[in-house]
Amino acid sequence: MADEVLLSAAEAGRLIAERKLSSVEITRACLGRMRAVDAGVHAFVRVTDDLALKQAAKIDARISTGETLGPLAGVPIALKDILCTRGVPTTCCSRILENYVPPYDATVIQRLRDAGLVFLGKTNMDEFAMGSSTENSAFGPTRNPWDLERVPGGSSGGSAAALASLEAPLAIGSDTGGSIRQPAAFCGITGLKPTYGRVSRYGLVAFASSLDQIGPMTRDVRDCALLLQVIAGHDPLDSTSVPAQAPDYAAALDEGVKGLRIGIPSEFFEYRGIRVSREIEDAVHAAAATLEGLGAVCEEVSTPHLQYVIPVYYIIAPAEASSNLARYDGVAYGYRTAAPPQDIIDLYERSREDGFGPEVKRRIMLGTYALSAGYYDAYYVKASQVRTLIRRDFDKAFEDHDVLLAPVTPSLPFRLGEKTDDPVGMYLSDVCTIAANMAGLPAVSLPCGYARGLPIGLQILGKPLDEATVLRAAHAFQQATSFHRLAPLQPPASDRGAAVEWACHG
Amino acid sequence: MRLSPEEVEHIALLSRLKLTDEERERMTTQLNDIMGFFEQLGELDTTDVPPTSHVIPMSNVLRADVVKPSLPVEDVLENAPDRAGDTFRVPRVVE
Repeated sequence: MADEVLLSAAEAGRLIAERKLSSVEITRACLGRMRAVDAGVHAFVRVTDDLALKQAAKIDARISTGETLGPLAGVPIALKDILCTRGVPTTCCSRILENYVPPYDATVIQRLRDAGLVFLGKTNMDEFAMGSSTENSAFGPTRNPWDLERVPGGSSGGSAAALASLEAPLAIGSDTGGSIRQPAAFCGITGLKPTYGRVSRYGLVAFASSLDQIGPMTRDVRDCALLLQVIAGHDPLDSTSVPAQAPDYAAALDEGVKGLRIGIPSEFFEYRGIRVSREIEDAVHAAAATLEGLGAVCEEVSTPHLQYVIPVYYIIAPAEASSNLARYDGVAYGYRTAAPPQDIIDLYERSREDGFGPEVKRRIMLGTYALSAGYYDAYYVKASQVRTLIRRDFDKAFEDHDVLLAPVTPSLPFRLGEKTDDPVGMYLSDVCTIAANMAGLPAVSLPCGYARGLPIGLQILGKPLDEATVLRAAHAFQQATSFHRLAPLQPPASDRGAAVEWACHG
Repeated sequence: MRLSPEEVEHIALLSRLKLTDEERERMTTQLNDIMGFFEQLGELDTTDVPPTSHVIPMSNVLRADVVKPSLPVEDVLENAPDRAGDTFRVPRVVE
């Protein structure tokens, strides 16, 4: 294993700027690490090595002429295969988009190019981001680098696994009901879902448009702040992007948590009789104690409507998805049935039947039903009203608190195949993350402990557009602890529990 | 309220999905399992609660009505499953 893969993105960027490390060197190191471990982990569905080395050489050339670039210039990044990337197949890990090559860049991709980041490849995900284990990928599952028999979470499981297995120092994910935070927790990395509207969704393949948000996935909070800085900000191409200037996220990191008012909503620990597992509950409370030791003030708060998040989410998200995915009809792009169709309807139906996997079909059906004549008021409108009640709970909780502290997942990473025939059981693994999407709040997941050799995630939720305070609290926690500094040693698989400390600044 | 296999077939038609017999059977069971959760919402009185369709207080975001460049036709047609000249080719729609 080359030492360069142990660098944080901030450190790598600094060394590249100081010409002590070249972008080509670290890019080669990451590509080498991918060759060594990705057959087992399967974090990537496409490696763009030629593109990466070309981008890296260009950055090195610019730096050698004395040009000053941003703090992440020359640093390699893994991209969830849901972001349209000009000239690179973008599949959403679906057969229906298997051969789709976007003729344009998502705004986030454009910003990453402008900031000089190096594209290692596209990461695995649940098809159309629908899932919590990455097992719904049409191209085979990703495995958790901490234990290859277990899932990495989902839907951004490939991005999380790429970070944990030291294949990439940075990654991009997307989060509709927890798809950044839940895999971050399962893989022991740091992942932020920004405020709805903070990051442009232009070029993000749409799942549920009122919930989807792109965010940074990294190995520590400083890297998270730096990557958020690159992608955040208003975009005229996304009419739901917030027309507000993003603050300097890295600048505020070191201000500490003295006097910070932290609320701990009890409902995140128990959902209708299902209790968060003991070791997770203990780790989150221990994290609260750590933050109190640093000067924060913690107290219990209540968000009573949290007990309705599962039905609200599984009405609203499929309803929006059924509408968004109507565009896959085999006409303008994407898969078209090979069988000669009888008529246009037959062409739509056969193309969609062959092109979509079972979970996507399930959600299209569910959403179509919830929006259909006679049921729209009972399901969609009702769920949207309860969404208002969930938002009001948070408004109230944030009257007296700066951030909220909660678990990310109700259980430790589960085994591959454990929930694939149990959609309801799979849906329940999102129970702690959905609320932030419902209310559009920023929320970060970061490691706060280990049990049975598997990582545990801590969730910190903030007020709308207040990513800075969320990151500041998360950074204070990481400065006082070392959970985030561990990465699993892979291969071999028998090294479960063995860990390596990766280099850290500060 | 439980969905029958006939209703599931109807939803499949609205969804433009063809289901095999086995898929329809499995889908009926699974959709009913999931919809069991939906009944929980009946516990709440939401009479005067406005629905949330969007979390940010923005509406009618418009831009100036000026022509901007769009993607080149040839780039877009690169992804077409079937084409005829500058158009997408589909089976005959109108007899």
